[in-house]
Amino acid sequence: MNYIFYLLIVVSIIAGAINGKLNDVVNAILSGAELSVKVAFSLIGIMAFWLGMMKIAEKCGLIAIIAKIIKPITKFLFNEIPEDSPAIGDIAMSFSANAFGLTNAATPIGIKAMEELQRQNVDKSSASNAMCVFLAMNTAGFQLIPATVIAVLIGVGYKNPTAIIAPTLLVTSVTFVFAILLAKLFQRFWVPQNRKEAE
Amino acid sequence: MLHSIMNFISLWALPLILLLILTMGLVKKVPLYEVFTDGAKEGFSVSINIIPYLVAIIVAISMLRASGIIEMAGEFLAPVLAHFNTPADVIPIMLVRSLSGSAALGIFSDIAHNLGPDNYATTLAAVMVGSSETTFYVLAVYFGAVGISKLRYALIVGLIADLVGIILAITVCNFMFA
Repeated sequence: MNYIFYLLIVVSIIAGAINGKLNDVVNAILSGAELSVKVAFSLIGIMAFWLGMMKIAEKCGLIAIIAKIIKPITKFLFNEIPEDSPAIGDIAMSFSANAFGLTNAATPIGIKAMEELQRQNVDKSSASNAMCVFLAMNTAGFQLIPATVIAVLIGVGYKNPTAIIAPTLLVTSVTFVFAILLAKLFQRFWVPQNRKEAE
Repeated sequence: MLHSIMNFISLWALPLILLLILTMGLVKKVPLYEVFTDGAKEGFSVSINIIPYLVAIIVAISMLRASGIIEMAGEFLAPVLAHFNTPADVIPIMLVRSLSGSAALGIFSDIAHNLGPDNYATTLAAVMVGSSETTFYVLAVYFGAVGISKLRYALIVGLIADLVGIILAITVCNFMFA
Protein backbone atom coordinates (compact mmCIF):
# COMPACT_ATOMS: atom_id res chain seq x y z
CA MET A 1 0.00 0.00 0.00
CA ASN A 2 2.95 2.33 0.68
CA TYR A 3 4.08 2.17 -2.94
CA ILE A 4 0.58 2.49 -4.32
CA PHE A 5 -0.14 5.55 -2.22
CA TYR A 6 3.17 7.08 -3.29
CA LEU A 7 2.64 6.16 -6.92
CA LEU A 8 -0.92 7.54 -7.11
CA ILE A 9 0.17 10.94 -5.82
CA VAL A 10 3.47 11.20 -7.73
CA VAL A 11 1.84 10.15 -11.00
CA SER A 12 -0.96 12.67 -10.42
CA ILE A 13 1.51 15.50 -9.91
CA ILE A 14 3.66 14.58 -12.92
CA ALA A 15 0.69 14.01 -15.23
CA GLY A 16 -0.93 17.17 -13.92
CA ALA A 17 2.21 19.13 -14.74
CA ILE A 18 2.41 17.65 -18.26
CA ASN A 19 -1.25 18.38 -18.95
CA GLY A 20 -1.10 21.85 -17.40
CA LYS A 21 -3.67 20.74 -14.83
CA LEU A 22 -1.55 21.14 -11.73
CA ASN A 23 -4.03 23.61 -10.32
CA ASP A 24 -6.86 21.07 -10.66
CA VAL A 25 -4.71 18.44 -8.97
CA VAL A 26 -4.09 20.73 -6.01
CA ASN A 27 -7.78 21.61 -5.76
CA ALA A 28 -8.61 17.91 -5.85
CA ILE A 29 -6.84 17.50 -2.50
CA LEU A 30 -9.38 19.70 -0.79
CA SER A 31 -12.40 18.28 -2.57
CA GLY A 32 -11.19 14.72 -2.02
CA ALA A 33 -10.62 15.31 1.69
CA GLU A 34 -14.07 16.85 2.00
CA LEU A 35 -15.64 13.97 0.12
CA SER A 36 -13.97 11.41 2.42
CA VAL A 37 -15.47 12.98 5.52
CA LYS A 38 -18.84 13.29 3.78
CA VAL A 39 -18.76 9.60 2.88
CA ALA A 40 -17.78 8.59 6.42
CA PHE A 41 -20.46 10.79 8.02
CA SER A 42 -23.14 9.59 5.65
CA LEU A 43 -22.30 6.06 6.79
CA ILE A 44 -22.83 6.70 10.51
CA GLY A 45 -26.62 6.38 10.58
CA ILE A 46 -27.01 3.43 8.28
CA MET A 47 -24.01 1.74 9.88
CA ALA A 48 -25.62 2.10 13.32
CA PHE A 49 -28.92 0.72 11.99
CA TRP A 50 -27.46 -2.40 10.42
CA LEU A 51 -25.01 -3.09 13.21
CA GLY A 52 -28.02 -2.98 15.56
CA MET A 53 -30.03 -5.34 13.36
CA MET A 54 -27.09 -7.68 12.97
CA LYS A 55 -26.70 -7.85 16.72
CA ILE A 56 -30.30 -9.06 16.98
CA ALA A 57 -29.69 -11.53 14.15
CA GLU A 58 -26.67 -12.83 16.01
CA LYS A 59 -28.37 -13.06 19.42
CA CYS A 60 -31.40 -14.96 18.10
CA GLY A 61 -29.23 -17.51 16.31
CA LEU A 62 -30.12 -16.50 12.75
CA ILE A 63 -26.48 -15.89 11.82
CA ALA A 64 -25.52 -19.32 13.16
CA ILE A 65 -28.25 -20.97 11.06
CA ILE A 66 -27.08 -19.21 7.90
CA ALA A 67 -23.50 -20.16 8.69
CA LYS A 68 -24.55 -23.80 9.04
CA ILE A 69 -26.33 -23.80 5.68
CA ILE A 70 -23.34 -22.56 3.74
CA LYS A 71 -20.78 -24.54 5.72
CA PRO A 72 -19.62 -26.74 2.80
CA ILE A 73 -18.54 -23.66 0.85
CA THR A 74 -17.09 -21.64 3.70
CA LYS A 75 -15.10 -24.62 4.94
CA PHE A 76 -13.08 -24.41 1.76
CA LEU A 77 -12.97 -20.62 1.48
CA PHE A 78 -12.23 -19.79 5.10
CA ASN A 79 -10.47 -22.90 6.34
CA GLU A 80 -8.47 -20.86 8.87
CA ILE A 81 -11.59 -19.56 10.60
CA PRO A 82 -13.28 -21.77 13.25
CA GLU A 83 -16.60 -23.14 12.01
CA ASP A 84 -18.60 -21.66 14.87
CA SER A 85 -17.19 -18.14 14.44
CA PRO A 86 -19.87 -15.47 13.84
CA ALA A 87 -17.63 -14.28 11.00
CA ILE A 88 -18.97 -17.04 8.74
CA GLY A 89 -22.59 -16.00 9.21
CA ASP A 90 -21.70 -12.33 8.79
CA ILE A 91 -19.87 -13.08 5.55
CA ALA A 92 -22.90 -14.96 4.25
CA MET A 93 -25.23 -12.08 5.20
CA SER A 94 -22.92 -9.53 3.60
CA PHE A 95 -22.71 -11.59 0.43
CA SER A 96 -26.50 -11.90 0.24
CA ALA A 97 -26.98 -8.17 0.80
CA ASN A 98 -24.53 -7.47 -2.03
CA ALA A 99 -26.17 -10.00 -4.30
CA PHE A 100 -29.56 -8.32 -3.84
CA GLY A 101 -28.04 -4.90 -4.44
CA LEU A 102 -28.61 -3.71 -0.86
CA THR A 103 -25.36 -1.74 -0.78
CA ASN A 104 -26.45 0.28 2.25
CA ALA A 105 -26.80 -2.89 4.27
CA ALA A 106 -23.89 -4.73 2.69
CA THR A 107 -21.20 -2.29 3.80
CA PRO A 108 -22.02 -2.27 7.55
CA ILE A 109 -22.52 -6.04 7.58
CA GLY A 110 -19.27 -6.52 5.67
CA ILE A 111 -17.45 -4.35 8.18
CA LYS A 112 -18.88 -6.43 11.01
CA ALA A 113 -17.56 -9.53 9.23
CA MET A 114 -14.15 -7.87 9.02
CA GLU A 115 -14.22 -7.20 12.78
CA GLU A 116 -14.94 -10.87 13.44
CA LEU A 117 -12.13 -11.90 11.09
CA GLN A 118 -9.81 -9.47 12.83
CA ARG A 119 -10.44 -11.34 16.11
CA GLN A 120 -8.92 -14.45 14.53
CA ASN A 121 -6.07 -12.55 12.93
CA VAL A 122 -2.55 -13.18 14.24
CA ASP A 123 -1.04 -9.88 13.09
CA LYS A 124 -3.55 -7.09 13.65
CA SER A 125 -1.94 -4.68 11.19
CA SER A 126 -1.76 -7.11 8.28
CA ALA A 127 -4.55 -8.70 6.24
CA SER A 128 -5.21 -12.38 7.01
CA ASN A 129 -5.80 -14.95 4.27
CA ALA A 130 -9.47 -15.10 5.19
CA MET A 131 -9.76 -11.31 4.85
CA CYS A 132 -8.18 -11.40 1.42
CA VAL A 133 -10.69 -14.02 0.27
CA PHE A 134 -13.56 -11.99 1.71
CA LEU A 135 -12.30 -8.83 0.01
CA ALA A 136 -11.92 -10.72 -3.26
CA MET A 137 -15.59 -11.67 -2.95
CA ASN A 138 -16.48 -8.03 -2.41
CA THR A 139 -14.32 -6.32 -5.00
CA ALA A 140 -15.64 -8.65 -7.70
CA GLY A 141 -18.99 -6.94 -7.20
CA PHE A 142 -21.30 -9.91 -7.54
CA GLN A 143 -24.87 -8.70 -7.94
CA LEU A 144 -27.96 -10.49 -9.22
CA ILE A 145 -29.62 -7.42 -10.70
CA PRO A 146 -27.75 -4.21 -11.58
CA ALA A 147 -30.70 -2.01 -10.57
CA THR A 148 -29.03 1.41 -10.91
CA VAL A 149 -27.75 0.67 -14.40
CA ILE A 150 -31.15 -0.60 -15.50
CA ALA A 151 -32.77 2.55 -14.13
CA VAL A 152 -30.50 4.68 -16.33
CA LEU A 153 -31.29 2.49 -19.37
CA ILE A 154 -35.02 2.85 -18.75
CA GLY A 155 -34.49 6.60 -18.44
CA VAL A 156 -33.09 6.87 -21.97
CA GLY A 157 -35.73 4.57 -23.49
CA TYR A 158 -33.62 1.45 -23.95
CA LYS A 159 -35.78 -1.13 -25.71
CA ASN A 160 -35.23 -4.10 -23.45
CA PRO A 161 -33.31 -3.04 -20.33
CA THR A 162 -33.53 -6.46 -18.69
CA ALA A 163 -31.53 -7.90 -21.60
CA ILE A 164 -28.35 -6.74 -19.90
CA ILE A 165 -29.05 -8.81 -16.75
CA ALA A 166 -27.86 -12.11 -18.21
CA PRO A 167 -24.54 -10.85 -19.67
CA THR A 168 -23.84 -8.79 -16.54
CA LEU A 169 -24.53 -11.78 -14.32
CA LEU A 170 -22.31 -13.97 -16.45
CA VAL A 171 -19.41 -11.51 -16.31
CA THR A 172 -19.75 -10.85 -12.60
CA SER A 173 -20.13 -14.56 -11.67
CA VAL A 174 -17.04 -15.58 -13.58
CA THR A 175 -15.08 -12.64 -12.13
CA PHE A 176 -16.32 -13.57 -8.65
CA VAL A 177 -15.16 -17.18 -8.87
CA PHE A 178 -11.92 -16.10 -10.54
CA ALA A 179 -11.14 -13.55 -7.81
CA ILE A 180 -11.69 -16.11 -5.04
CA LEU A 181 -9.54 -18.73 -6.74
CA LEU A 182 -6.85 -16.13 -7.35
CA ALA A 183 -6.87 -15.15 -3.67
CA LYS A 184 -6.64 -18.82 -2.67
CA LEU A 185 -3.75 -19.30 -5.10
CA PHE A 186 -1.86 -16.21 -3.92
CA GLN A 187 -2.06 -17.21 -0.27
CA ARG A 188 0.05 -20.25 -1.09
CA PHE A 189 3.13 -18.40 -2.18
CA TRP A 190 2.72 -14.87 -0.85
CA VAL A 191 4.99 -13.93 2.06
CA PRO A 192 3.08 -15.36 5.02
CA GLN A 193 1.98 -13.20 7.91
CA ASN A 194 4.17 -12.97 10.95
CA ARG A 195 3.17 -16.12 12.84
CA LYS A 196 5.15 -15.46 16.01
CA GLU A 197 2.18 -14.18 17.95
CA ALA A 198 0.14 -17.25 17.12
CA GLU A 199 2.60 -19.60 18.75
CA MET B 1 -42.36 -10.64 -16.79
CA LEU B 2 -38.68 -10.62 -15.85
CA HIS B 3 -38.97 -6.93 -15.25
CA SER B 4 -41.76 -7.32 -12.70
CA ILE B 5 -39.96 -10.15 -10.90
CA MET B 6 -36.93 -7.90 -10.71
CA ASN B 7 -38.92 -5.03 -9.28
CA PHE B 8 -40.53 -7.37 -6.78
CA ILE B 9 -37.18 -8.65 -5.56
CA SER B 10 -35.60 -5.24 -5.18
CA LEU B 11 -38.69 -3.93 -3.38
CA TRP B 12 -39.09 -6.84 -0.96
CA ALA B 13 -35.54 -8.07 -0.26
CA LEU B 14 -34.86 -5.55 2.47
CA PRO B 15 -38.26 -5.61 4.23
CA LEU B 16 -38.19 -9.41 4.27
CA ILE B 17 -34.74 -9.50 5.87
CA LEU B 18 -35.92 -7.07 8.56
CA LEU B 19 -39.09 -9.10 9.20
CA LEU B 20 -37.06 -12.29 9.47
CA ILE B 21 -34.51 -10.85 11.91
CA LEU B 22 -37.08 -9.15 14.14
CA THR B 23 -39.60 -12.02 14.18
CA MET B 24 -36.94 -14.56 14.98
CA GLY B 25 -35.56 -12.27 17.68
CA LEU B 26 -39.02 -11.94 19.24
CA VAL B 27 -39.66 -15.69 19.13
CA LYS B 28 -36.30 -16.37 20.77
CA LYS B 29 -37.15 -13.76 23.42
CA VAL B 30 -34.23 -11.46 22.54
CA PRO B 31 -34.72 -8.00 24.10
CA LEU B 32 -34.97 -6.36 20.66
CA TYR B 33 -34.67 -2.71 21.59
CA GLU B 34 -31.77 -3.10 24.01
CA VAL B 35 -29.80 -5.37 21.72
CA PHE B 36 -30.42 -3.13 18.72
CA THR B 37 -29.23 0.04 20.45
CA ASP B 38 -26.29 -1.81 21.94
CA GLY B 39 -25.15 -2.93 18.48
CA ALA B 40 -25.92 0.44 16.90
CA LYS B 41 -23.56 2.20 19.31
CA GLU B 42 -20.62 0.95 17.29
CA GLY B 43 -21.88 2.67 14.15
CA PHE B 44 -20.37 5.98 15.12
CA SER B 45 -16.90 4.79 16.07
CA VAL B 46 -16.61 2.50 13.04
CA SER B 47 -17.55 5.34 10.67
CA ILE B 48 -15.13 7.76 12.29
CA ASN B 49 -12.33 5.19 12.35
CA ILE B 50 -12.38 4.78 8.58
CA ILE B 51 -11.86 8.52 7.90
CA PRO B 52 -8.01 8.41 7.75
CA TYR B 53 -8.12 5.47 5.31
CA LEU B 54 -10.80 7.13 3.21
CA VAL B 55 -8.89 10.42 3.09
CA ALA B 56 -5.74 8.64 1.91
CA ILE B 57 -7.51 6.78 -0.88
CA ILE B 58 -10.12 9.32 -1.96
CA VAL B 59 -7.67 12.26 -2.04
CA ALA B 60 -5.10 10.24 -4.03
CA ILE B 61 -7.77 9.13 -6.50
CA SER B 62 -9.26 12.62 -6.81
CA MET B 63 -5.78 13.93 -7.62
CA LEU B 64 -5.24 11.19 -10.18
CA ARG B 65 -8.55 11.94 -11.89
CA ALA B 66 -7.86 15.68 -11.94
CA SER B 67 -4.40 15.17 -13.45
CA GLY B 68 -5.79 14.18 -16.85
CA ILE B 69 -3.89 10.91 -16.93
CA ILE B 70 -7.08 8.94 -17.48
CA GLU B 71 -7.71 10.86 -20.71
CA MET B 72 -4.06 10.27 -21.70
CA ALA B 73 -4.39 6.53 -21.09
CA GLY B 74 -7.67 6.57 -22.99
CA GLU B 75 -6.04 8.07 -26.08
CA PHE B 76 -3.29 5.50 -25.85
CA LEU B 77 -5.73 2.59 -25.53
CA ALA B 78 -8.28 3.69 -28.13
CA PRO B 79 -6.49 2.32 -31.25
CA VAL B 80 -5.73 -0.98 -29.49
CA LEU B 81 -9.28 -1.50 -28.31
CA ALA B 82 -10.73 -0.52 -31.67
CA HIS B 83 -9.46 -3.90 -32.89
CA PHE B 84 -11.80 -5.56 -30.41
CA ASN B 85 -14.83 -3.59 -31.55
CA THR B 86 -14.73 -1.47 -28.41
CA PRO B 87 -15.89 2.14 -28.86
CA ALA B 88 -13.56 4.82 -27.46
CA ASP B 89 -16.47 6.27 -25.44
CA VAL B 90 -16.39 3.28 -23.11
CA ILE B 91 -12.65 3.48 -22.31
CA PRO B 92 -12.98 6.02 -19.48
CA ILE B 93 -15.36 3.61 -17.72
CA MET B 94 -12.79 0.81 -17.86
CA LEU B 95 -10.13 3.08 -16.41
CA VAL B 96 -12.25 4.63 -13.71
CA ARG B 97 -14.50 1.86 -12.45
CA SER B 98 -12.01 0.44 -9.94
CA LEU B 99 -11.33 3.94 -8.63
CA SER B 100 -14.71 5.61 -8.33
CA GLY B 101 -18.15 4.05 -8.60
CA SER B 102 -19.99 7.36 -8.87
CA ALA B 103 -17.65 8.52 -11.66
CA ALA B 104 -18.19 5.28 -13.61
CA LEU B 105 -21.95 5.62 -13.24
CA GLY B 106 -21.75 9.28 -14.30
CA ILE B 107 -19.80 8.46 -17.47
CA PHE B 108 -22.25 5.67 -18.24
CA SER B 109 -25.20 8.08 -17.86
CA ASP B 110 -23.49 10.51 -20.24
CA ILE B 111 -22.96 7.78 -22.82
CA ALA B 112 -26.55 6.59 -22.52
CA HIS B 113 -27.95 10.11 -22.90
CA ASN B 114 -25.61 11.33 -25.64
CA LEU B 115 -25.33 8.24 -27.82
CA GLY B 116 -28.83 6.95 -27.17
CA PRO B 117 -30.33 3.56 -26.38
CA ASP B 118 -29.54 1.95 -29.74
CA ASN B 119 -25.80 2.52 -29.63
CA TYR B 120 -23.59 -0.48 -28.89
CA ALA B 121 -21.49 1.69 -26.55
CA THR B 122 -24.50 2.14 -24.28
CA THR B 123 -24.98 -1.61 -23.89
CA LEU B 124 -21.30 -2.32 -23.34
CA ALA B 125 -21.03 0.51 -20.82
CA ALA B 126 -24.11 -0.82 -18.99
CA VAL B 127 -22.64 -4.30 -18.64
CA MET B 128 -19.28 -2.91 -17.56
CA VAL B 129 -20.73 -0.66 -14.89
CA GLY B 130 -23.26 -3.27 -13.74
CA SER B 131 -20.58 -5.90 -13.22
CA SER B 132 -18.11 -3.72 -11.35
CA GLU B 133 -17.35 -2.77 -7.80
CA THR B 134 -15.13 0.11 -6.70
CA THR B 135 -12.13 -1.96 -5.64
CA PHE B 136 -10.12 0.87 -4.06
CA TYR B 137 -13.07 2.14 -2.05
CA VAL B 138 -14.03 -1.32 -0.79
CA LEU B 139 -10.46 -2.01 0.31
CA ALA B 140 -10.13 1.37 2.05
CA VAL B 141 -13.43 1.01 3.93
CA TYR B 142 -13.17 -2.65 4.93
CA PHE B 143 -9.51 -2.67 5.90
CA GLY B 144 -9.79 0.82 7.38
CA ALA B 145 -12.63 -0.25 9.66
CA VAL B 146 -10.38 -2.76 11.41
CA GLY B 147 -7.18 -0.69 11.19
CA ILE B 148 -5.28 -2.83 8.71
CA SER B 149 -2.64 -1.05 6.64
CA LYS B 150 -0.79 -4.04 5.13
CA LEU B 151 -3.13 -5.31 2.45
CA ARG B 152 -0.79 -8.09 1.22
CA TYR B 153 -2.20 -9.42 -2.08
CA ALA B 154 -5.77 -8.12 -1.65
CA LEU B 155 -5.37 -5.15 -4.02
CA ILE B 156 -3.58 -7.14 -6.71
CA VAL B 157 -6.29 -9.80 -6.67
CA GLY B 158 -8.96 -7.09 -6.90
CA LEU B 159 -7.29 -5.35 -9.82
CA ILE B 160 -6.57 -8.52 -11.79
CA ALA B 161 -10.21 -9.54 -11.29
CA ASP B 162 -11.32 -6.11 -12.52
CA LEU B 163 -9.21 -6.53 -15.65
CA VAL B 164 -10.66 -9.99 -16.26
CA GLY B 165 -14.13 -8.50 -15.78
CA ILE B 166 -13.45 -5.86 -18.44
CA ILE B 167 -12.15 -8.40 -20.94
CA LEU B 168 -15.14 -10.65 -20.26
CA ALA B 169 -17.61 -7.78 -20.64
CA ILE B 170 -16.12 -6.91 -24.04
CA THR B 171 -16.16 -10.55 -25.14
CA VAL B 172 -19.69 -11.29 -23.95
CA CYS B 173 -21.14 -8.07 -25.42
CA ASN B 174 -19.39 -8.63 -28.73
CA PHE B 175 -20.91 -12.06 -28.85
CA MET B 176 -24.43 -11.10 -27.78
CA PHE B 177 -25.06 -7.57 -29.03
CA ALA B 178 -22.56 -6.45 -31.66
